[in-house]
Amino acid sequence: MINYLWGFMIIIGIVYGVLTGRVSEINTQTIDSAKDAVTLCITMLGVMSLWMGLMEVARSVGIMERLTKRLRPVIRLLFPDLPKEHIVNEYIASNIIANILGLGWAATPVGLKAMKELAVLNKNSRIASCDMCTFLIINISSLQLIPVNIIAYRSQYASQNPTEILGAAIIVTIFSTIVGVIFSIVARKLSRKGRE
Amino acid sequence: MGFIVYISNYIIPFLIFCIVGMGLLMKKNVYDDFVKGAKEGFHVVLDILPTLIGLMVAIGILRASGALEALSSCLEGVVSQVNFPSEAVPLVIVKMFSSSAATSLLLDIFKEFGPDSYIGRLSSIIMSCTETIFYTMAVYFMTAKVKKTRYTLAGALIATIAGVIASTFIMRWAF
Repeated sequence: MINYLWGFMIIIGIVYGVLTGRVSEINTQTIDSAKDAVTLCITMLGVMSLWMGLMEVARSVGIMERLTKRLRPVIRLLFPDLPKEHIVNEYIASNIIANILGLGWAATPVGLKAMKELAVLNKNSRIASCDMCTFLIINISSLQLIPVNIIAYRSQYASQNPTEILGAAIIVTIFSTIVGVIFSIVARKLSRKGRE
Repeated sequence: MGFIVYISNYIIPFLIFCIVGMGLLMKKNVYDDFVKGAKEGFHVVLDILPTLIGLMVAIGILRASGALEALSSCLEGVVSQVNFPSEAVPLVIVKMFSSSAATSLLLDIFKEFGPDSYIGRLSSIIMSCTETIFYTMAVYFMTAKVKKTRYTLAGALIATIAGVIASTFIMRWAF
């Protein structure tokens, strides 16, 4: 997918530029963009390292485990059909917490583990279970509360107040997640009715 | 300055205070832990750098050629009625497929209009409340060897669209 996206962006850009006579602009822009990416990453290094450092402190204090435990009743509500003491509950909870804290690279491995367990519970069917649908919809509704990378980008491009969008971003993120949750609950009920 | 912006200024200092404070209370080596985590931050950024170079160059070419402008003026007529800036439309669509490509578009918007402009703020919020639908679904369902995804895509799209609509509304109240 990304191969085509990237390839076509470049081909279309160059062809369009030749047609409109902007080849020299393209020429300088190509080199500048590559340089911009590196300067951006230098800003990112600072912000991301700060965040990762803080999260490491949070982890050693045991905040993750505490949050995961707190999440249990929510998991019960969202996934009523899962066996209660199954490890998959744990996986789903840690995936959600890691996503909320913006640790995407930590969220994916445990999320895939959860998916494998859900597949076993679903008797390896080729049709997704309701639990899988709920899990993915919540995942995709975006859970990350503090968009660290966006803050870094804003500060790189000289924003007067890079974090001013935080409050709004948190409210909207929670809203979209609630919409996703309501949709999953309703869809689960409807699909159950359809079966009966 | 609105209330939501006012609160925003407190979130990061408050979080740092709580985390470090708890660490001290529980007699952890807060500084050692911080340094250890910060080192990992380096790897995370270094992993993104190559994709970012590739995609920022591609978006840079599209911008310099005038193709991006042409695209947004095409979209102008469709979205101007709902008060949505046409430059942010490609951002929403691309974000469904690739996070790093959307990031490059976001940076292009920052460069053109500034991060503190209406569209700069709106794009920041949209990027914060959306996820890469197709990529995530592909990776997760491939792991579970599932072919029929039922209502997942519908739910993901509805949550994403709800986020985008909410972003335009909150822009009116927050700033």
